[in-house]
Amino acid sequence: MNVAMQAQADPMDIRPFRIEKIRKELADSFTMELVPEGGGSFSFKPGQFNMLYTFGAGEVPISISGDPSDTSKIVHTIRRVGAVTQAIGNLSEGMAVGIRGPFGKPWPVEEAFGSDLVILAGGLGLAPLRPAIYMALANRHRFGKVVLLYGSRSPSEILFPKELEKWRGRFDTKVRVTVDRAEPGWGGHVGVVTKLVKGAGFDPMHTVAFVCGPEIMMRYGIQALEGAGIDRSGIYVSMERNMKCGIGLCGHCQWGAPFVCKDGPVFRFDEVADAFTVREL
Amino acid sequence: MANSQAVIDRKDLDALFTLLTEEGYQVIGPRAEDGAILYAPVSGPDDLPRGMGDEEEGGHYRLSNRNDAQLFGHTKAVQGLKAHLYPARQKLWSAEKAGHGFRVVKDSSPQPRYAFIGVRACELAAMVIQDKVFEGGPYTDKGYAERRKNSFIAVVTCNHAGNACFCASQKTGPDVSEGFDLKLAEILDGSRHVFLAEAGSEKGRAVLERLPKQVAEEGDKNAAAAQIDAAAKGQKRAMIAGVADLLAANLESPHWEDVAKRCMSCGNCTMVCPTCFCSTVEDTTDLSGLKAERSRKWDSCFSIDYSYIHGGSVRNTGASRYRQWMTHKLSHWVKQFGHSGCVGCGRCIIWCPVGIDITAEAKAIGKGA
Repeated sequence: MNVAMQAQADPMDIRPFRIEKIRKELADSFTMELVPEGGGSFSFKPGQFNMLYTFGAGEVPISISGDPSDTSKIVHTIRRVGAVTQAIGNLSEGMAVGIRGPFGKPWPVEEAFGSDLVILAGGLGLAPLRPAIYMALANRHRFGKVVLLYGSRSPSEILFPKELEKWRGRFDTKVRVTVDRAEPGWGGHVGVVTKLVKGAGFDPMHTVAFVCGPEIMMRYGIQALEGAGIDRSGIYVSMERNMKCGIGLCGHCQWGAPFVCKDGPVFRFDEVADAFTVREL
Repeated sequence: MANSQAVIDRKDLDALFTLLTEEGYQVIGPRAEDGAILYAPVSGPDDLPRGMGDEEEGGHYRLSNRNDAQLFGHTKAVQGLKAHLYPARQKLWSAEKAGHGFRVVKDSSPQPRYAFIGVRACELAAMVIQDKVFEGGPYTDKGYAERRKNSFIAVVTCNHAGNACFCASQKTGPDVSEGFDLKLAEILDGSRHVFLAEAGSEKGRAVLERLPKQVAEEGDKNAAAAQIDAAAKGQKRAMIAGVADLLAANLESPHWEDVAKRCMSCGNCTMVCPTCFCSTVEDTTDLSGLKAERSRKWDSCFSIDYSYIHGGSVRNTGASRYRQWMTHKLSHWVKQFGHSGCVGCGRCIIWCPVGIDITAEAKAIGKGA
């Protein structure tokens, strides 16, 4: 089923997918590869999310962490934090989940062609950015510099470490990783991810930045990017709010006037900068 | 071109109910039940709240006896059309375990065909606002769209204002000019009891054509106009002008804390508000664990759960939740849907257990209180 066909169906109807592969990522998180039951394909744009249903337990919004050029499967990276994600985590390969989506506004990867690209991620925030990284690297020649700055709490909580190493090994991509707290054997940066911005070597006048992580990290990350000279209209953030429908009809994800599910989750920072400063909005 | 008006005698009003029933509609109208006026199935004019009025104030509602023969002498029902067009609880689908997966069975029962009689201007305006919410965006609520398409709307214009009414300041009433199928004005003058009728759609014209009626006289038209005038002038409350911008600029007003001291976060205002549309979904399984179901039910931005994401709720304080409701209704709604989300019916004032008055709170924020 392509995107156009998905748009015609009732967006509240779920589509069954079979879990083809489960890979443990961290102590509390895992990645699942899903293929459509009965065949078909699935297209999405980097930064979009699905509503993921598991039988009887409920439904949660989960960003897509796979490669947008591969329409044969959906990849989700999930942290066990609540009843539904626990229930999904207890499923095994061969079992089914329900999918609604893809929903939401994507990272503007194509619009960033021609600029330097800075990707600033914290913790599990790397997952919704990974499709954008795949797409950027597949179109590497269309960008100036490509810089990935990633911070996690500790070395053992670094998400996708093998891929980070692979990307770091490329001669055309700068990858800097930092941890809040080092562990024995860690020889890399220690400190918050915002410290990596300085000296990252991008041209602030011609840079687009994608930021995703805990809200507090995004706030300081944006400050650092602005401090480095990037205009707020060149900074994009991905927000997280409670979602029940994914299509702007249930009201839960409102963040001021925007519905995070359909007007976001990716926002251009200058359009939401004021909302960032209002508590409990 | 103005629609032609006719006069239907009170004793011929049965014909409207009969006709709509024959057309396959379930007729819904105001009924006095459980000490309140509610929208419920009605089989004829005898089911309507004859001679009944309603007292309303902040945190106060009582039925009263008008000692007259008016069928629509009250101001408005406890809830608008929302409960029928957008049911408080609705099954979306069920699923059964099948092998390693499950099979989804969609609930495809046809939507009801409602004919609403006695709809007030504010309720009609609220319905038009919900149309925009559920049908105006990139995604449509298919059930709502079907119920709306199936519906027949017979407005009865107001002849007086309730104490909580402020539709005039929201420009949603008391007169109506579009969006209805049939518009009625109840005129009771001594022993003469008639309804001035006007069709607002093809559906309405077809119904009006088949009803027993006389030509409308100038006196009837004047009487109906005078009623609407009285309903407008009798309004004791008003929403201040420019409230959308005012609230957007006052998200950090200390007044939110002041409201929070009184607000009980009960969510009554959201339940009776004819435009509030928030919902949640509930997933359940039976005891065998083999059958699951998903339902959608009304939700309220006043609950802590409403804004819950992993790690905790976004809006933990009462102040932030009241602010969410009021700023959404009066300010963000305009950006989202091009219109205020408030129709000035005053239900949130009446059904607030402590009588918080949205018009007074807006004024207080305007004064920088």
